[in-house]
Amino acid sequence: MQLDSLYQEVILDHYKKPHHKGLPMGDIQVHHVNPNCGDEITLSLEIKDGKVENLIWDGVGCSISQASASIMSDLVTGKSVAQASAALSQFTELMQSKGTISGDEEVLEDAIALSGVSKFPARVKCALLGWMAFKDAAIQNGAQI
Amino acid sequence: MNPPFDVAAIKADFPIFQEKMRGDKRLVFLDSGATSQKPYQVMDATRNFYSKHNAAVHRGSYYLAEQANEAYEGARQGVADFLAVSADEIIFTKSATESINLLAVSFERSIGKLGIKAGDEIVVSELEHHANLLPWQQLAKRTGAVLKWFEMNQDGSLDLSNIDQVITSKCKVVAITHQSNVLGSVPNLPPIIAAAHAVGAVFVLDGCQSVPHQPIDIKRLDIDFLVFSGHKALGPTGVGVLWGRAEFLDQMEPFLYGGSMIETVTMAESTWAPSPKRFEAGVPNMAQAVGLAASLKYLSNVGLPNIHMWDLALTKYALEGLKAIEGVSVVGPQGMENRGGVISFVVDDLHPHDVGQVMDQYGVAVRTGHHCAWPLIRKLGLTGTTRASFYLYNDFADVDVLLESVVGARDYFRKR
Repeated sequence: MQLDSLYQEVILDHYKKPHHKGLPMGDIQVHHVNPNCGDEITLSLEIKDGKVENLIWDGVGCSISQASASIMSDLVTGKSVAQASAALSQFTELMQSKGTISGDEEVLEDAIALSGVSKFPARVKCALLGWMAFKDAAIQNGAQI
Repeated sequence: MNPPFDVAAIKADFPIFQEKMRGDKRLVFLDSGATSQKPYQVMDATRNFYSKHNAAVHRGSYYLAEQANEAYEGARQGVADFLAVSADEIIFTKSATESINLLAVSFERSIGKLGIKAGDEIVVSELEHHANLLPWQQLAKRTGAVLKWFEMNQDGSLDLSNIDQVITSKCKVVAITHQSNVLGSVPNLPPIIAAAHAVGAVFVLDGCQSVPHQPIDIKRLDIDFLVFSGHKALGPTGVGVLWGRAEFLDQMEPFLYGGSMIETVTMAESTWAPSPKRFEAGVPNMAQAVGLAASLKYLSNVGLPNIHMWDLALTKYALEGLKAIEGVSVVGPQGMENRGGVISFVVDDLHPHDVGQVMDQYGVAVRTGHHCAWPLIRKLGLTGTTRASFYLYNDFADVDVLLESVVGARDYFRKR
């Protein structure tokens, strides 16, 4: 079934048991919405010694948006700003590729499972919601992304 | 029940039903609440205008311009006949959304009974589509008027218990939908319209979900303004309608300024043409208006009472089927009373986007999300719903695929 390329096992796992989900903390909390569907995410993080730490997010949304936020938070936590930034730009490129590129698993890790989303244009924004919140929060914490 | 018309023959008028979805699936189009499909008669009317009559209306003195005028004003007469009103009271806009914005901006600029100023009250309801909320909300912000609203009950009806507090002597405008685009619920309008008129307010009816689907008796409703969109009524995109009582339209200030809408112009001052021209600045969407008249004729030929009856027959069948599926909850009205051909539902605790994504694999087109009625969805404590809406080209077989696809969506996520 064509759907299975979209809803890969690892995505449904993250959807059912999201990682790093909790109550965002601190003065800098970013809030992003997808106005098309009403999906929302609130996210906070810290940049310590050039690394992304203590990323916490909360939100409501479809399996793709929730799983993508969960996968993203695993991926960037403990990484240097440069590494996280590279993953972000590669993930964004992958999502906008309409299925023409497959992505580098070394950089994207579990996020590679979201590559099927790029063939469903209506869902690309869902997948990017958490990542855009991360980018915003990192910048607000002084990171160069 | 047997359909009151030949649904297969109707379907054959709509070329889109020959398209295949996701490979080899036939199209089960259950999103007419968002936009309707178009019969070739409508496309032909539009094409015919461009092929034979195209010229800027209300300007040229040549033969073709006369033809264009005749086609465009003929379309206006067609809409007027459809609503049983005078053609002077029909204003073509680009959409129902623009029709409502036209009213809100015009009321802001007008004086007297229709003028909105600080301290005046504007009344809407929690059922409203954003298009019948935001223009009024922002009008209130700009003018210092107060926006008030009727609250919605869980069954999608309006709570009228405090009607005397909602509609007071300060009220100038009441704008409410004829049928919820999300839930299909039909609010109890007569007491609201009576209350509005009792305090000297005007009543604006959002007919987007009703005008294409059922006979509308403007006189009996006793409303002052009506808006609807062409594209939900088998017509082209880019054309909407505003109907208003002539005595009000002629007191109203224009919305857009420019060509065609004037009486006289000097460098410093201008005066306005009477309605409807006053509200139609610029060269209008002529071919779309002609297409809309053709679509309304198509609907009239099938018969609005028949279409309404068939919408409800499909809805009843779908409602019974959906309620019989374990894990599915119908949102809003649970029965057929006070509802039109729209059903919103949720499946397990699944997000509607995920539900709709699986249904799409069956060729089923449904709307998912907040349906441009975010306050209503919040009031229900939801993030969104999946919505099926029915029209004259749907049949029981479509509903069967709908039900099969909903079970498919539920099981797809349960099994994994």
